[in-house]
Amino acid sequence: MNKILKKAFFSSNVVYFEVEAPLIAQARKAGHFVLVKVGTNGERIPLTIAASDTTKGSISLVVQRVGVSSAKLCALNEGDYITDLVGPLGKATHIEKYGTVLCAGGGVGVAPLLPIVEAMKKAGNKVITILAARSKELVILEEQMEANSDEVIIMTDDGTYGKKGIITAGIEEVLLRERVDMCVTVGPAVMMKYVALLTKQYNVPTMASLNTIMVDGTGMCGACRVTVGGKTKFVCVDGPEFDAHQVDFDEMQMRLGSYKEIEQKAMNQYLTSTTSN
Amino acid sequence: TVITRVHMHELAPDIRNKNNEEVNMGLTLDEALLEAKRCLDCPNPTCTSGCPVNIDIPSFIKNIERNAILEAAAVLKQTSALPAVCGRVCPQEKQCEASCIYTQKLGKAAVAIGYLERFAADYERKSGKASIPECAPLNGIKIAVVGSGPAGLSFAGDMAKRGYKVTVFEALHEIGGVLKYGIPEFRLPNDIIDAEIENIKQMGVEIITNCIVGKTITYDELKKQGYKGLFVGSGAGLPRFMNIPGENLIGVMSSNEYLTRINLMGASRNGDTPVLSGENVAIIGGGNTAMDAVRTAKRLGAKHAMIVYRRSEQEMPARIEEIKHAKEEGVEFLTLHNPIEYMGDEQGRVKTMRLQKMALGEPDASGRRSPVEIPGAIETITVDTVIVSIGVSPNPLVPSSIPGLTVSKWGTLVVSDDLQTSIPAIYAGGDIVRGGATVILAMGDGRKAAAAMDQYLMSNC
Ligand SMILES: Cc1cc2nc3c(=O)[nH]c(=O)nc-3n(C[C@H](O)[C@H](O)[C@H](O)COP(=O)(O)OP(=O)(O)OC[C@H]3O[C@@H](n4cnc5c(N)ncnc54)[C@H](O)[C@@H]3O)c2cc1C
Ligand SMILES: Cc1cc2nc3c(=O)[nH]c(=O)nc-3n(C[C@H](O)[C@H](O)[C@H](O)COP(=O)(O)OP(=O)(O)OC[C@H]3O[C@@H](n4cnc5c(N)ncnc54)[C@H](O)[C@@H]3O)c2cc1C
Ligand code: SF4
Ligand code: SF4
Ligand code: FES
Repeated sequence: MNKILKKAFFSSNVVYFEVEAPLIAQARKAGHFVLVKVGTNGERIPLTIAASDTTKGSISLVVQRVGVSSAKLCALNEGDYITDLVGPLGKATHIEKYGTVLCAGGGVGVAPLLPIVEAMKKAGNKVITILAARSKELVILEEQMEANSDEVIIMTDDGTYGKKGIITAGIEEVLLRERVDMCVTVGPAVMMKYVALLTKQYNVPTMASLNTIMVDGTGMCGACRVTVGGKTKFVCVDGPEFDAHQVDFDEMQMRLGSYKEIEQKAMNQYLTSTTSN
Repeated sequence: TVITRVHMHELAPDIRNKNNEEVNMGLTLDEALLEAKRCLDCPNPTCTSGCPVNIDIPSFIKNIERNAILEAAAVLKQTSALPAVCGRVCPQEKQCEASCIYTQKLGKAAVAIGYLERFAADYERKSGKASIPECAPLNGIKIAVVGSGPAGLSFAGDMAKRGYKVTVFEALHEIGGVLKYGIPEFRLPNDIIDAEIENIKQMGVEIITNCIVGKTITYDELKKQGYKGLFVGSGAGLPRFMNIPGENLIGVMSSNEYLTRINLMGASRNGDTPVLSGENVAIIGGGNTAMDAVRTAKRLGAKHAMIVYRRSEQEMPARIEEIKHAKEEGVEFLTLHNPIEYMGDEQGRVKTMRLQKMALGEPDASGRRSPVEIPGAIETITVDTVIVSIGVSPNPLVPSSIPGLTVSKWGTLVVSDDLQTSIPAIYAGGDIVRGGATVILAMGDGRKAAAAMDQYLMSNC
């Protein structure tokens, strides 16, 4: 049981939590994640540790509401308890002074990108962050990214905010303009696939943080497996970050759809039950 | 008159394959008293040497015979921390019962040692008079345990008895290891495990869930907090795959994933966690885990729940009782078949599998006749779910997080005869040392390690 110390809304569908977890706050590094379960019958879902405070003994999570489990978590308030929380899991991001680092995040990937942006900045890199969303309302964490980047570029599909266009257009503009030593990308599998194809053309080493489906998060089940360089890897223990130029994103995208129908049905049921209450 | 071996009452196959109730219903008191009579109280009991922890079998059975069931249970508890569990899941027919004089010399069915063990433990639990083993006064020494499977729990119980202050750290949100997340309730109900865990807690053992040693807390930190010894019972949780084309399609998963979703997370019952389980479910493998998975698939509504195994039924490592139960429940057996490729539909869901037919050749290193391919004999069958159950490897998490631990090429921890690792204050046992083995062996290791660590600490502290 972990107590929620603070809750704030970054947007109507993105919630910031500060949660009591002293041991994890001590042990965690950028790139680590936790598994969170709400209720006795809840699902275990992975969430990146966005920040930690060792004096308070707390960690921060940034959660985007997409389905039932994230919605149940987002419905909790200050003073409530998260039933189960375990971590820190995964390998820490390899942080070093590369020179110029381009961080590209979209959709569900923006929250997990934040701690990487922060750590890259702290390590003395010049950090250019590109955030992509379908339209203005879906742009999240802009302020937090601003505070830790030398430059933030916003791309929207419909041009309602920032520049009009998809993320790769923004990336290419930077690549044409200046030398980039490292690219980090987090987002939907298709997005990461096209980011990887582009940076490969420009020979920019690229790291992708993969957000596959997980169950235990300790290497016990294999639900999170992906193909990297022709070999099967478990994202929870071998990752979550991999060389983006080696990842089979099509397979990853396919596997993310494993429970699509069941999830949609569950979400509809959940929405009816919460609105009728 | 000659008494014949007692029969276990079972739920009817066509009823039980639609629910999650325990299949074996246990013996009645009268049946137990009668079966206990069969035991000849041999002066040199061979059965005892067949039991990996040398339970005093004639003594507990003769207590049953004179209707002193609680005393029988007390005899069991001297040696076994989890008698109600072992009475259910031990491969008795290969261990104690295989060594009973009835099988060895008389050519008759062995005394039903496992059934009687289960009976005594269940009787004690239901009586509400479960004895809590006496613990020595606290000696002020703190001990940490990694993992709450049978190895960790039995170690913890035995150290508590000796007066140590024991804390068990468990990575998952539930206590019990494979007993909870692997073995289904129709074979081992959760309330039975919980009752045994309650006993261990009553002895003063503290269990902390959601805490991964090596991640949440390191060995060095545990030492700093004053823990003088560490027992590693972290199990063999890493699933193996075959690395054949199509193995990452949707609907192909490890038995660990399938069983964890269902048993630990409550998928298909009341849990938020989903599980894929279809009409044509193939389980690859022939061990206990494969039987558990295939019988689970049947219960989740599969029309065809199939075991696909590359050798013949004789070579299957699963318990005979499991195979029998599976057959009664309508499970199909495709022996001498080995998958070579999976094919999917447009969404990526597995749709068919290609099977290579096999024949039996010469015995291999395991003494079993090895399967050899029949050239060109390949068939394709329809499947929508495939569960890969070809074994597990030790979880590398603990070995890799503690520098200085010697690890074998199979990833198991290397230990001395008394289960001490290359770091003197760290002992290990169960599947992390043996690879995938059995509950009773894990439990026996826990006890043995407790005795050895106690000696070590007493002469070194
Ligand atoms: C290592 C790791 C770190 C993560 N960090 C964060 C984080 O910091 N903040 C955060 O909000 N989320 C993060 N995620 C994603 C998060 O775990 C999922 O959004 C969550 O599990 C969804 O659960 P749900 O039941 O609410 O939705 P579901 O019912 O499972 O899904 C609802 C819809 O969202 C889509 N979806 C679900 N999961 C993902 C995913 N992983 N990627 C893309 N689409 C998905 C599904 O296709 C579905 O249409 C992370 C994932 C991983 C693996
Ligand atoms: C489906 C299935 C059916 C089986 N059926 C039978 C049977 O009928 N009869 C039989 O005798 N045997 C059976 N077995 C085998 C038996 O269950 C195992 O041999 C036994 O459970 C091993 O015990 P253990 O204590 O070594 O490990 P486990 O039971 O695997 O427990 C290890 C525990 O350690 C935890 N852990 C791991 N790493 C860490 C860490 N770093 N920090 C904290 N905790 C950690 C794990 O989460 C787990 O809970 C079966 C196994 C399976 C999978
Ligand atoms: S613990 Fe297992 S092997 Fe030993 S007597 Fe009991 S059933 Fe037999
Ligand atoms: S060998 Fe068989 S008959 Fe003899 S003591 Fe053991 S259980 Fe009883
Ligand atoms: S989530 Fe189970 S192995 Fe990665």
